[in-house]
Amino acid sequence: MNLISFFKRPNTSAPVARERLKLMLAHERAAFGASDVIALLQDEIVAVIAKHFPVEPEAIKIRMDRGDAISTLEVEVEIPTPLCVNISLNAPKPELKAVNSEADAPRLASSGPKPDSLGPALANAAKRERVDLHIEADG
Amino acid sequence: MAKVLVVTSGKGGVGKTTSTAALGVALAKGGKNVVLVDFDVGLRNLDLVMGAERRVVYDLINVVQGDAKLAQALIRDKRIQTLSLLPASQTRDKDALTDEGVARVIAELKEKFDWIICDSPAGIERGATLAMRHADVAIVVTNPEVSSVRDSDRIIGLLDSKTEKAERGEHMDKHLLLTRYDAARAERGEMLKVEDVLEILSIPLLGIIPESEEVLRASNVGAPVTLSDTPSAPARAYLDAARRLNGEALEMTVPSDRKGLFGKLFGRRAA
Repeated sequence: MNLISFFKRPNTSAPVARERLKLMLAHERAAFGASDVIALLQDEIVAVIAKHFPVEPEAIKIRMDRGDAISTLEVEVEIPTPLCVNISLNAPKPELKAVNSEADAPRLASSGPKPDSLGPALANAAKRERVDLHIEADG
Repeated sequence: MAKVLVVTSGKGGVGKTTSTAALGVALAKGGKNVVLVDFDVGLRNLDLVMGAERRVVYDLINVVQGDAKLAQALIRDKRIQTLSLLPASQTRDKDALTDEGVARVIAELKEKFDWIICDSPAGIERGATLAMRHADVAIVVTNPEVSSVRDSDRIIGLLDSKTEKAERGEHMDKHLLLTRYDAARAERGEMLKVEDVLEILSIPLLGIIPESEEVLRASNVGAPVTLSDTPSAPARAYLDAARRLNGEALEMTVPSDRKGLFGKLFGRRAA
């Protein structure tokens, strides 16, 4: 060891370990249902939505991504299309952005047709509107 | 009110048994009635680390199956009156432990002791989930190393789902015990820092146990570090952690045995 190598900054592997861990655990937490906050959230969200719509628990998918400054909670709710009118009527709050993500699905607005006028064909479970809620929170 | 504490980690070899023994001694020294329960059936080691390996007659499985009374299986520590040990079986099959049997033994222990400390086996299988099942408080033992942190994350998930407390919808009290920590290496960027591990695992810190020769010496002779009247750096860290378990708010430090400028300059090379 000479004088230069003594004063030189040694190789720093810890930041690499930190980043690798964060990346991997973000995936694993999603895969294993994460800390059970997610499972709990799912139950509670299902309960709240079930108060207003007849949805199956499986129609609600919840995902959490942990980031450096911001973590995102993604809630995806599938509701039979005719019922979506009710969602559009209850305009989303500013901090929640609701995205109607299936472009080919009928666009429904408060001025749109009434649920019962859509006919029984649209009530078919195959035609569903996806409502994605992205909630961003400081990590 | 008796408290059931599980010492767990997922990964093996990170210091669960060492920490169980050191914390048990520290709590008992503080006047509490403490029992250490070894859940590592087939690979029992807590008796060895406690220096009681030649006094084992009956074990946890004997008591669970009703072959022995609890009082017959408990080994009272000869050095500290308020400390007892309930050893695991070395020969029996781990399937001999039943959920109901363990529940009954824990309930009986709760009548006699202030602290019931369960030393969990490594892994995430039945043995580990049985050890944590009845816990009120959990200590997650973690080394500042990627595989240990990853496994701790898994165990935290289990603590939040597989314990009775979690199933009742209550919050499971979890604490991080960072062991084998080398502050100098962490400072040089060679080891994950305390803050890194805390940020990743997001559970409160109970203590930081510095890497030390004293830990191996203690297990060599079957006398936990906290037994000594002149506590070494890891012993001081465990004594502080035990006081925090009792609800004291102490400043978090990394105890060190190095003294003065000379030690700081030349101690580094050895690290």
